[in-house]
Amino acid sequence: MWKRFRYHIAIFFAVIGPGFITAMVDNDAGGILTYSQAGARWGYLPLWTLLPITVLLIVTQEMCSRMGAVTGKGLSDLIREEFGLRITFLVMAVLVLANLTNMIADFSGIAGSLEIFGIPRWVSVPIGAAVVWLLVVKGTYASVEKIFLFACLVYVAYIVSAILVKPDWKEAAIYSVRPVLMLQGAYIYMLIGMVGTSIAPWMQFYLQAAVVEKGVTAKEYKESRIEVIVGCIAMSVIAFFIIVACAGTIYAVAPRDLQVPADAAAGLRPFGTYAYLLFAAGLFNASLFAACILPLSTAYSVCEGLGFESGVNRRFREAPIFYWLFTLLIVIGAAVVMWPRFPLVKMILFSQVINGVLLPFVLIFMILLINKQKLLHEWTNSRFYNFVAWASVALMIGLTMALVALSIQDMMRGAS
Amino acid sequence: MPDQRLFFTELLGLKVFDLKGRTLGVVKDAAIVPLLDPVRVDRYLIGSGAAWLTVRHDQVRSVSLDGIHLRDEILTPYHSDEYMLRVVRDLLDQQIIDAQGRKVVRVTDVTFEIHQQDGGEVLWVLDVDIGLRAIFRRLVQGVLPPRWTRRLQGGIPPHSIRWEFCNILEPDPQRRLRLNISNRLLEDMHPADLADIVEDLTPEHREAIFENIDSEVAADALSEVEPNIQASILESLETEKAAEIVEEMAPDEAADVLAELEPETSDEILEEMEHEPKEEVRELLEFEEDSAGGMMNTEYVALPENATVEDAILALKSNEELMETLNTLFLVDAGERLTGVVPLARLFLHDGTIPLRSLAVETLIDAPVTEHRDRITELFDKYNLLALPVVDEEGKLAGVITADDIISVLREK
Repeated sequence: MWKRFRYHIAIFFAVIGPGFITAMVDNDAGGILTYSQAGARWGYLPLWTLLPITVLLIVTQEMCSRMGAVTGKGLSDLIREEFGLRITFLVMAVLVLANLTNMIADFSGIAGSLEIFGIPRWVSVPIGAAVVWLLVVKGTYASVEKIFLFACLVYVAYIVSAILVKPDWKEAAIYSVRPVLMLQGAYIYMLIGMVGTSIAPWMQFYLQAAVVEKGVTAKEYKESRIEVIVGCIAMSVIAFFIIVACAGTIYAVAPRDLQVPADAAAGLRPFGTYAYLLFAAGLFNASLFAACILPLSTAYSVCEGLGFESGVNRRFREAPIFYWLFTLLIVIGAAVVMWPRFPLVKMILFSQVINGVLLPFVLIFMILLINKQKLLHEWTNSRFYNFVAWASVALMIGLTMALVALSIQDMMRGAS
Repeated sequence: MPDQRLFFTELLGLKVFDLKGRTLGVVKDAAIVPLLDPVRVDRYLIGSGAAWLTVRHDQVRSVSLDGIHLRDEILTPYHSDEYMLRVVRDLLDQQIIDAQGRKVVRVTDVTFEIHQQDGGEVLWVLDVDIGLRAIFRRLVQGVLPPRWTRRLQGGIPPHSIRWEFCNILEPDPQRRLRLNISNRLLEDMHPADLADIVEDLTPEHREAIFENIDSEVAADALSEVEPNIQASILESLETEKAAEIVEEMAPDEAADVLAELEPETSDEILEEMEHEPKEEVRELLEFEEDSAGGMMNTEYVALPENATVEDAILALKSNEELMETLNTLFLVDAGERLTGVVPLARLFLHDGTIPLRSLAVETLIDAPVTEHRDRITELFDKYNLLALPVVDEEGKLAGVITADDIISVLREK
């Protein structure tokens, strides 16, 4: 029994690489809450988005790992070399903004998960911030990464839960393939959030850097690609079951918006009294995991793009901007959450919408780069890839414009 | 005088006037021709309408923030030239090596110095600018007037690298020649620093560096590079060059590197090597990586049991290349079996006629080739060793493990 268990752990870690880690971090506080909210408010309706999201996720992640393997350079390096400093500055500003909202979301996740145990946020958030900062600066992060990853197994609880609540599988199956479009502010808001949380701007930078760091070359790239695809599918499967579980437990009773993170624990109701425990553990792990990776990855990307010294093996004096950047991301992210009566769920969902709105900025430059013959040689994009990528850019910009238009309309109505 | 300086961000877009003060166009790029002069801006590329024109440095009367005034207005159309190092195309936003600071940096701006030459003004490249101040200039370039920019940037600390310490990266060997890029700066660096730099570069640039630098420097640097990068570098090189570098490495390090490669590649490289180092490396490759045999080095000095201090000094003279790290001599009997260990320093305290036997340490500590790595590090710790002899099944001296090998092992953990 023990032997088999060990064997399974071995398999688990064998498939793990940059692609899988990125996919797991992707299901952070923003991910869990966005999917839970989608299921709680809209039931099975949003399930159709997962198929195109998975395709787009695979396309973007594959593009990044291919660029990393072929050029041996990070995404911000390539943007700097090909588009110059001003564009780099703009893209980095976008990245910092998006990740600042993600940090707020993840500290909200830490606050929300520990509030379930009665720990107030003015205790949990500062301690969380200090832990994250120390893990990163002391270089102990690498040794705890596997623990974070292993703890991601808690997502299996959603699969079990989704099956136990006996959801309407027929309806779930139909809505998985039947797109529903509604010109309704809240619905479009949810759609942008779904895309933004699944395909966040930071992932592209993180994954490409990780592929370069690992020293994957164009020759060995095929194995890497499989790992990326497996990671993307794993992420979408988890998203599917979170939505189904929340649709079955919350939406089926009464469709509603989540008010506090603990509301989302209802998605695990079949576990009885353990539901809150499981949910809190999952949310806490996901939030802490992402809170470690995000500021570090942001600081690396920005410093590499703008040409500042970077790396936790350098001293503060040698790489001041690097250290300031990730320290500020942590401090601001944590400080905002400390605000009394800060609406945790609302802000978490909002942060993912921001990610969705900003995604096209990064995507456009990725597509332009990966089609450059002189960089990628025979590895440039196929027509299918370009079609999917450009279509997504158009779609995300379209959705954002629709959202803005609907919000303005609402405001005008409110004014008159 | 601050006015003697000009930043490239200011040069770019500067108006060019002919003899009558009419505008001919604006500066689009500046080019250095390193074969002619490594610091002087040789040509200015001027955009006027759709076409680009070339202004030679000796056609310029004056250069200032107000524009470039010519003294000769017969300009030729620009056509791409392999001998030119163009600032915008080849330098700006690209990575270069800062040989003094020993790191890879990204060029944000370039500082020129204005000099008088033959009755006209020429620009000499002074610094390559990195850091916040240069970023500020790039961001506001064309938005704020240059004089405001100069005043405002005063509050930001400058960060520049002298042009003579800049090593430009160019993967194309043909173009390297035409641009007169030498590796002198890299070859003068400490191999460990060069190794750190190489790790920061892309595979393409790593290959270019190892293809061109001296094999001895390459070998020293390669020994210090991380194992997976070592392998990818050797695989990217021509077999002949790879063999040349591996030959120059210490046999134990060569064996470690070759063990990381695909079997076919390492066989090919071994084939190309000279007979003697090849056999040594082959033998070392037979051992498990984490055994004493896999860790040991076959470069040592062994003397017969009855040798004297004088014999030892003679032996050392013929092994001069080992002197930098050698600290121990070994004594072997007629059957090459290890019988004693003599710390090098003891030679200096005794007359030439004294037999080495009497200088040997009291307890002989050695390890069999099959001993595990962990046990070896324990021995070093317990007996405070600098070098540990390794013997085969018959007690014959096979090699030596030195303290620096142990430090690498411990650091890996």
